[in-house]
Amino acid sequence: MIKAREYVKAESLSEAWELNQKKSSVILGGMMWLKMSSLPKGTLIDLSGLGLDTIEETEEEFRIGCMCTLRQLELHEGLNQYFNGVFKECTRHIVGVQFRNGATAGGSVFGRYGFSDILTCLMALDTSVELYQGGIVPIAEFAKMPYDRDVLVSIRIRKDGRKAAYTTQRRTKTDFPLIACCAARKGSEWYFSVGARPARAELVAVSSAAPDPEEIAERFSYGDNVRGSGEYRRELAKIYLARLIKGLKEA
Amino acid sequence: MKIRFTLNGTNREIDIKPDMLLIDLVRQLGCYSVKRGCETSNCGLCTVLVDGKPVLSCSTPAARADGKDVVTLEGIEEEAAAFGRFLAGEGAEQCGFCSPGLIMNVLAMEKELSHPNEEEIKEYLAGNLCRCTGYMGQMRAIEKYLNREGGQ
Repeated sequence: MIKAREYVKAESLSEAWELNQKKSSVILGGMMWLKMSSLPKGTLIDLSGLGLDTIEETEEEFRIGCMCTLRQLELHEGLNQYFNGVFKECTRHIVGVQFRNGATAGGSVFGRYGFSDILTCLMALDTSVELYQGGIVPIAEFAKMPYDRDVLVSIRIRKDGRKAAYTTQRRTKTDFPLIACCAARKGSEWYFSVGARPARAELVAVSSAAPDPEEIAERFSYGDNVRGSGEYRRELAKIYLARLIKGLKEA
Repeated sequence: MKIRFTLNGTNREIDIKPDMLLIDLVRQLGCYSVKRGCETSNCGLCTVLVDGKPVLSCSTPAARADGKDVVTLEGIEEEAAAFGRFLAGEGAEQCGFCSPGLIMNVLAMEKELSHPNEEEIKEYLAGNLCRCTGYMGQMRAIEKYLNREGGQ
C-alpha cells in the first residue's frame, strides 16, 4: 500500500507543478490504482481544491476538469446527448458506481493505460488535453508522449459534429476490456480507435463513404496477454468495428 | 495533519498521517462495519457515503474527508436494519462478510435511482462482490425492499 511523507492540497496549479518536479512526488487522481503502489512517495499532491471537478459546455467544446469523476462523465446529459451516449457506454462497465465516484478523468487519461475505456473513447473524438506547461496537445499525440512531470489540467472535446459509438468485450462483468473499440463519423470522415489490444488506444482516420472494417482492423497491431491472444483480438476488432460502422451509418 | 469532518452526524477533529486511507480512519474511530475485502478497489466491502455518494473508502485518502460528511453503516442503523430484514427473509446471506458494503450501496441506489429495473439494479451494484452466493437471494431481497409499502 502507498506510503508517503507529506500530503499537500495544492492552492494553485503552479504550486502543484512545482511540487511535482520532485521525482518522489505524485499527483493524486482518484487513487484507485495508485494506492496499490509499493514505491514510497515523498509528497502526495491533491488537486481537489482547485475547482477542476466540473464539466463546462460552450458553443465550441466540452471542457472536462481533470478531477471530474468517471461517474460525472457517465451521467452528464450534454456530453451524452452530443456524442450519442458514448460516455455512458464507455464508463458503465468500469467496476462499480463507488469506483466511478472516485476514479478521475484526469487520472485515467494521464495514466495512458492500455486497458483504458476512457482513452479509447476520447481518441475517436476531437479531443485535446490541456497541460499546465505543455499547453494544448491532441490526445492521440499525448498518448504517445513519454510520462513527464507536467500537470494535466483539463480534457477538451471540440463539438465538431462527430457522432460516435463505443463497444467493448469483457471476459466477465467489471473486468478490464479484452478489446475496446470506438468509432466516430462526420459525413464521410471516419475516426476509429481501438484500445486494450492490449496496448493503449491508437487512432486511424479514414475518408470514405463506406469504410471497410477488416481493412481498418488490420491497421492496428494486436498482442497476447492473459485475457486473450492477439489473433483473437484482431478478429474481434473486425466484428466490432463493422457493427459500429453499421450503427453510425444508420444513425 | 489535522482534519475536520462529520462522521455519522458527529463532528470530528483528528490528527491523521498524510498517507492514511479513509477506511483506516473510520475503523480507528470504531466503525468496524467497514472492511477490506480485495485491496484492489473491486469488491465494494469498504463502501461509505461521502457527502451522500457511495465511494470506496479503501481508495480514498483520509485527508480528502476534510470538510466532508462521512456516513458508515453505523450511522444509518435503522435503514440498514430495514433492508437487512429483507436480506434475511430471502435467506440471501451465507457468511455475511459483504453485507455492510452491499447495504450501503443499496441505500445509495435507492436515493439515486427512481424505480430501477433489474438491469439497472445489477449495473448499480456490479461493484459489490459476494463470494458465497450467486446473488439470486440478494436480487429478490432488493426488489422486494424497493417495492415495499412506502418504498420507491
